[in-house]
Amino acid sequence: MATVKLDSLKKSFGKTEVIHGVDIDIKDGEFIVIVGPSGCGKSTLLRMVAGLETVTSGEVQIGGAVVNDREPMDRDIAMVFQNYALYPHMSVFDNMAYGLKIAGTPKADIIERVDTAAKLLQLQPYLKRRPRELSGGQRQRVAMGRAIVRKPSVFLFDEPLSNLDAKLRVQMRLEIKQLQRRLGVTSLYVTHDQVEAMTLADRMIVMNGGVADQIGAPLEVYANPATEFVAGFIGSPPTNFVNADLAGIRNGEAAKLGVRPEHLTVLPTGSGRLEARVMYTEALGAETLVHLELADGAMITARRSATEASAPEGTEVGLDWQDRDEMLFDHTGKRC
Amino acid sequence: MEKRVTFKGLWLPLLLVLPQIVITAVFFFYPAGQAIWQSLFIPDPFGLSMKYVGLGNFEYLLGNPYYRASFVTTAVFSILVTVVSMGIALYLAVLADRLIKGSGVYRTLLIWPYAVAPAVAGVLWLFMFNTRVGVVSWYLGLLGYDWNHVLNGEEAMGLVVVASAWGRISYNFLFFLAGLQAIPKSVIEAAAIDGARFWTRFRTIVFPLLSPTTFFLLVVNIVYAFFETFGVIHTITSGGPQQSTTILVYKVYADGFVGQDLGSSAAQSVILLVIVGLLTIVQFKFIERRVHY
Repeated sequence: MATVKLDSLKKSFGKTEVIHGVDIDIKDGEFIVIVGPSGCGKSTLLRMVAGLETVTSGEVQIGGAVVNDREPMDRDIAMVFQNYALYPHMSVFDNMAYGLKIAGTPKADIIERVDTAAKLLQLQPYLKRRPRELSGGQRQRVAMGRAIVRKPSVFLFDEPLSNLDAKLRVQMRLEIKQLQRRLGVTSLYVTHDQVEAMTLADRMIVMNGGVADQIGAPLEVYANPATEFVAGFIGSPPTNFVNADLAGIRNGEAAKLGVRPEHLTVLPTGSGRLEARVMYTEALGAETLVHLELADGAMITARRSATEASAPEGTEVGLDWQDRDEMLFDHTGKRC
Repeated sequence: MEKRVTFKGLWLPLLLVLPQIVITAVFFFYPAGQAIWQSLFIPDPFGLSMKYVGLGNFEYLLGNPYYRASFVTTAVFSILVTVVSMGIALYLAVLADRLIKGSGVYRTLLIWPYAVAPAVAGVLWLFMFNTRVGVVSWYLGLLGYDWNHVLNGEEAMGLVVVASAWGRISYNFLFFLAGLQAIPKSVIEAAAIDGARFWTRFRTIVFPLLSPTTFFLLVVNIVYAFFETFGVIHTITSGGPQQSTTILVYKVYADGFVGQDLGSSAAQSVILLVIVGLLTIVQFKFIERRVHY
């Protein structure tokens, strides 16, 4: 168990800088999720912590010690890969025991630790099997087991659930969360899925083009996004953006108004702050998504509870929202 | 569902496989049949008559110390060629696999020797090691070593092994490199995080995952050393000195076309045929059954 600190961490490939300086202090036992679209540098960031990528400038500290020049094996970390990266020619037991064997752990110890991990992950019936004889979820568990048995001070997860089907993903998400709580190991988790980020994270880092746009607790980030990008990326369906002029906002700097779909009220035409036309509605059971077109052609979405009567497609409606739900962004995308 | 194309008639499919059958018949079944037939006879020196001897040629061969010596020579030669060419190729492939810049150039240059015909390769090495004017033997002489593969059987063996292995390195290198690059990077990284340093990773992860490639190359290289090295041996040593580099396939030539003992030569061909057959069976059996990860 250890703290992790990233200090103006930068990474360049050749002349292209892909990470432009990331700072974060991670507390012991904290679950940090790094989330962002593909190509935002989130995996590169994780790989720098792991020691699989060199650090161009800045510092990575694990447990208070700078580890920039340490090999991966000397950083006391364990990593779960997207494709699991199991050793295909070894049994599940040998996969989990590999790190311990190399470390020269006594045999009895190895057996005990692998058994404990297998019990925790319900892998006991499969210890003798090869990875290719396992299902995706089981392979995922073996990869986790391999990380657990070594009792590292930091867990790194590189999109561990993206190769699983939707149902299994939800289940494994819960299992990972429980496991991390129980073991209390500091974790960094990379994902492009904002739902995973919201549900797993103690704090999340929202990455955008090599920059950490916002770092904070999930609900805090959701309620109070620092940039237009964060507002648009976190939440599904995403935040609606309305041209400030169209919304009648004269606040000098503000170029765009952001309102979450659940904060929009659909009123009869002529009332409210904005006119719109219902393009189509999606009834999802518990809720209904109303897709609307504004006067300037922009599309926005309102999320209404299913019990509300919804306007038929093609009709004109008015939209309203509370002042406290307004989020204003300047032309650079920053909150103002 | 049947995915293969099925033909209704008999003539079209027959016509389609005919070229392959003709080639196999003309260049394999006919000469192989001839060899088996001739191995049962002893022709007179002028080729005017043949005397049926049954398995006499085989009995004579297996009792002949020169022939048995040739077996040992072949074994030594093919093991050396295989080990040298595969070892060096694997080493180069591991280096190339770690290379990021300029790997294309490196790879291209390494492939060139494969394009050199064995006989030409033999002549190249012969020039370098020529006892009187060879560059390498001259330098060896400066070092106080008197290189003379014309008289020294072990040196002759060394030279034909090097010349045969040289062209083969390219071929093995290509397969090893492809094999190495087929190993997922993340598996290697996982092993690195698990604490394995380069050599441990190679021993416990890379080499086992490479084993299907290695096994394939092993069989292919042995077959190469058995048969295709004729040109090298013919140009460099002609089987000498004192038959120290006369491998089985060279002895077929030497006994048949130089010694004019066609019956014995044919019997030797038959024995070689059996060996190739066995090697092929081994190859198919193991490669088919081989675990593909």
